[in-house]
Amino acid sequence: MADLAIDREIDRSKMQVSDEVAVEIINMNKWYGTFHVLRDINLTVNSGERIVIAGPSGSGKSTLIRCINALEEHQQGKITVDGTELSNDLKNIDKIRSEVGMVFQHFNLFPHLTILENCTLAPIWVRKTPRKEAVERAMHFLEKVKIPDQANKYPGQLSGGQQQRVAIARSLCMMPRIMLFDEPTSALDPEMIKEVLDTMIELAEEGMTMLCVTHEMGFARQVANRVIFMDQGQIVEQNEPEEFFNNPQSERTKLFLSQILGH
Amino acid sequence: MTLLTDPPKEQFRLSMLLYDTRYRSATFQVIALLCFMLLAAWLISNTAQNLAELGKPIDFGFFGESAGYDINQRLLDYDSQDTHLRAALIGLLNTLVVAALGCATATVLGVTVGVLRLSNNWLISRLMTVYVEMFRNVPVLLWIVFIMAVMIETLPAPRAFRGDNATASMLLGDSVALTNRGVYIPEPLFSRSLGDIHLLGESSLRFNVSLDLIVVLAVLIGGVWVSQFIKRRADRIQESTGDRPTTWYLRLGVIVVPLVIVLAALGFYLGHPELKGFNFKGGTHMRNSLIALWLALSLYTAAFVAEIVRSGIMAISSGQTEAASALGLRSNRIMSLVILPQALRVIVPPLISQYLNLTKNSSLAIAVGYMDITGTLGGITMNQTGRELECVLLLMLIYLIISLSISTVMNWYNESVKLEER
Repeated sequence: MADLAIDREIDRSKMQVSDEVAVEIINMNKWYGTFHVLRDINLTVNSGERIVIAGPSGSGKSTLIRCINALEEHQQGKITVDGTELSNDLKNIDKIRSEVGMVFQHFNLFPHLTILENCTLAPIWVRKTPRKEAVERAMHFLEKVKIPDQANKYPGQLSGGQQQRVAIARSLCMMPRIMLFDEPTSALDPEMIKEVLDTMIELAEEGMTMLCVTHEMGFARQVANRVIFMDQGQIVEQNEPEEFFNNPQSERTKLFLSQILGH
Repeated sequence: MTLLTDPPKEQFRLSMLLYDTRYRSATFQVIALLCFMLLAAWLISNTAQNLAELGKPIDFGFFGESAGYDINQRLLDYDSQDTHLRAALIGLLNTLVVAALGCATATVLGVTVGVLRLSNNWLISRLMTVYVEMFRNVPVLLWIVFIMAVMIETLPAPRAFRGDNATASMLLGDSVALTNRGVYIPEPLFSRSLGDIHLLGESSLRFNVSLDLIVVLAVLIGGVWVSQFIKRRADRIQESTGDRPTTWYLRLGVIVVPLVIVLAALGFYLGHPELKGFNFKGGTHMRNSLIALWLALSLYTAAFVAEIVRSGIMAISSGQTEAASALGLRSNRIMSLVILPQALRVIVPPLISQYLNLTKNSSLAIAVGYMDITGTLGGITMNQTGRELECVLLLMLIYLIISLSISTVMNWYNESVKLEER
């Protein structure tokens, strides 16, 4: 399950990591009540990086990326996204959220709106884009995720894989510079996993900065430029995929890899 | 030609009525229907016979007799010489007035309280919780009596408004007077009035329709129609060119300007209530009984509506809010664009029951002397004529018709907000 083969050649020409810092997290700590979920997280993500965050469930992977767009509040430390520091200032939060797209495990499409309306809602109300332009852009991205013909259907009429691709298109319509993926394939059948991964690979090929929480180790191996392993709220190990899979340093990583790849 | 595949014809036996699954349920339904009809026939014939023996067979002739009692809060002209039928009509209109006012107020208040109860602001959400718990855990009859008592005890008598050292004063530029005899508000009047149309002659159901009102309504509807036309044109322009022409002032103008012209032509003015002698004259007089009933019914029902709204909102998964926030929408937009449209389909069906409850609870009007249909037809008329069965049956029929009408309208609305999913 965890190592779905990616049977296509990946075009790496535009996959370039720049010196520009996209996300910087310094000494971040977070608690749920008395439970210490994230401990002393330090992470710098450059523009164009494709980072996969792996780890056992409950290790704080999702919480970490949800802190980046302020879906979760952190209690200590500093998060800077594209030069804007995440504070309690609503304007900063708005600015960061409009630059950071997010894809959820359970898609979270708006069931009362058509696919097209799902994609145009935020551009119209947040970016104040004229409707016509918003529709054109939505159709452009729906074509990109290969479902333009479903534009006038409702989310409930689509398969899981299609819904997740719509969710990706919906995020892209806001023209984000960074994309966060929170286990985007965990709620999908194997066949559908492939179509969603293909879409994500295409995004990576265009040079998008991506942070993915995923158990798809095939994706990590071939697309990521860095794999981060988390356990009990800490970053245990981070390395290039090759090194990470072939030569894990900590015992915890070795155990995790043997369990996830062992069969 | 007979088909070779025809199933063999089975001989029908009487026992199959009970043991064959094809006939069994039909058998029981026929038996149940027969029993029910027998019971109903026995009840009806028995009642009719007993009433006949008592010397008062079912007869609606009393409707033509003079009622002989006054109704102080009314929409149509009425005096004690009018018939019982007219008294019932005045009562029915009073019921409809308080039900309509109550439903509207309860909805606005309930939705606001329901949303505020989910607020992150600790103080506001707790205040709303206190409100909800106070109102829904005390019988509505007590609230009606309580509000009536408060109004009578605390509001000043009309004479307090008089003299150089008056202890009370009118509100909003001397146009509204809150007194212990009720609230006086300005009434719309026309100095160049077109007069009234008198419908149904001198019968008990006669009523007048103000031509002024008809003209004003016609102009208003025409304005809205033109405004809709401008909106559709703007939609078309937007679709073809991408730019939406700014039309709000035009759309507002076509509604407001003709309305102002027509009101000026009719010589519209507000008739303010004035203190004359011992009481206020002029203006519209809303008695304390109406206000107390209206307030109590709406506050009481709003507490239930608030809970319905809250549960409807909470039924929407938090993922919806998260996805909308992640797209950069602010919380008020998330509520109006994402959460409420979805919550409505959960909210509307139980909301219908609340409207029905409010309408039926309005029969508690009798406690504060507001003459609704229960107070007239089911109260004084019934006591004076001794026609209990006729009055109560008619009352039941009337409430049934009102309730079914509300249900029909709301169900139609529910269809329109229903989620299209697959």
